[in-house]
Amino acid sequence: MKLLRRTAAAFLIAVFIAVLFAGVLVPVPYAKQFRDSPNAMPSRIHLLGTDELGRDLFSRLLYGSRISLLLAPAASLLATIIAALVGGVAGYAGGWLERIALGGTDLAMSLPWLFLLLAARAVLPLNLSPAASLLITFALLGFFGWAASARVICAGARGLRDSDFVLQAKACGCSSRRVLLQQVLPNLRPALFAQFLISIPVFILTEANLGILGLGVSEPLPSWGGLLRGLENWSAVQANPARLAPLLLLLVVVSCFQLVLRQEDFAP
Amino acid sequence: MWTWTGVLFRRIGTLLLTALLGGILGATLVRFAPGFGVDERELDTRLHEDSIQALRRSHSEERNVLQFYASYLAGAARGHLGVSHSFGRPVTQLFAERLPVTLRTVALGLAGGWMLGLLLALPVVRLRGWSFDFFASSTSGVFLCLPTAVVAILFLYFRGPVALAICVVVFPRVFRYARNILVQTYALPHVLTASAKGLSTLRILLWHIFPVAAPQILALSGVTVSIALGAAIPIEVICDSPGIGQLAWQAALSRDLPVLVNMTLFVTLVTLTANSAADLATKAFETRPV
Repeated sequence: MKLLRRTAAAFLIAVFIAVLFAGVLVPVPYAKQFRDSPNAMPSRIHLLGTDELGRDLFSRLLYGSRISLLLAPAASLLATIIAALVGGVAGYAGGWLERIALGGTDLAMSLPWLFLLLAARAVLPLNLSPAASLLITFALLGFFGWAASARVICAGARGLRDSDFVLQAKACGCSSRRVLLQQVLPNLRPALFAQFLISIPVFILTEANLGILGLGVSEPLPSWGGLLRGLENWSAVQANPARLAPLLLLLVVVSCFQLVLRQEDFAP
Repeated sequence: MWTWTGVLFRRIGTLLLTALLGGILGATLVRFAPGFGVDERELDTRLHEDSIQALRRSHSEERNVLQFYASYLAGAARGHLGVSHSFGRPVTQLFAERLPVTLRTVALGLAGGWMLGLLLALPVVRLRGWSFDFFASSTSGVFLCLPTAVVAILFLYFRGPVALAICVVVFPRVFRYARNILVQTYALPHVLTASAKGLSTLRILLWHIFPVAAPQILALSGVTVSIALGAAIPIEVICDSPGIGQLAWQAALSRDLPVLVNMTLFVTLVTLTANSAADLATKAFETRPV
């Protein structure tokens, strides 16, 4: 099992390096159209072939992976910060503040996540620039993905609130702010880190869902969701099975995340 | 008895309050959407200025979210859920047509997902061999890593039933959770003692495993309802199944406030009811006399 986890971690690192140096690995820009060779089969020039607009699929896969793999952690960071603020303060303060915060998380968790994202994404203009759509998609993921983490953080902060060292700090006259920042938050760091890591594959999959439904990152920017939309054209997939590469890469990357981030490792 | 009644009333109160807040949240989101309140009929040059003003007045009530929501609730109390802007039909009628489709597929999908998940989890802990565990865990792992929309695309190509697509989304979660809990339960001292005393597998399962594991496994049932309802949206959209998932999608794209508010309330109520029922069932199981 250890070997499998190490292999998964090594694969993830290799993918991260490959997407960071996508420009070096693939000299062809992701939006460049080879108009004389649309739907081309894999060749030395186009490793995975081209799409119906004649764009190099390998280039789009690498750049799309870069967007999904770099922005999912950013969204996860945003969600974790919100969860730390809501859960940490509510759990530490207790009383009505905790009840309100937990009510808010209940409300956020009672609605299916995809429904919330659909509603929020659909109320934004559909003719957004690609860069704006990119930022909005991942910002929405971050803004709606904090609830489950906040509950975990709240439970952790509640446990710390009654701990001996916090009581001692209070007895010594430390202000609530100081106790929260210097005693509680540092002790919540492992839980925060775990929630950050656990959210990454969730956000990758959610972006893929939104992208397939046409509400993710806009063209011509590639992302895994956008690339997976190509699967809707089954005849093109049958003609060129290399078009399944985004699905396989997504599957392997998310599996590697699941392997590396075993829940029991984060258990207290 | 009194405690249970109190718990039940408190739950119902919380549930209704949360659902109402969910409705306001949905209404507010749509109200501030760009293009809200714009009626394409206003572009019809054949319409008289008075008609256009009448159209604008018909939308003016919806501009104030709280006013809209209050009048909506008053209407809902009388059984009127409003009229859909994009479909031009009463929301009650739309729900009556589409709700049975979704409820049937979600119920079948949930039943299938739970059965498959538990049927895979039980042999894993009984056989204790790594090969079946590896097979079951990797199969469920693959489905866990697939976006729901990809599952929907695959089912569209292979013409699989929509309920089975929901089953495929639900079962890996049930399997993983149930497997872990069953493995822990099988390792408990009283189960090992029962095994050592030569009790039959069925007896150990029914008398020693099930009572311990059931409350924890039941707790997942509420969450799976939410997962199945969430999965119904992309699956119904891609597989063109005329359920409320597809309606939610169409309403979100056309900023249909009456449909979206009803949808938000409905989804919130269903998921909260499922979660509360699961919580109460778990509590009842835990506090039952031994």
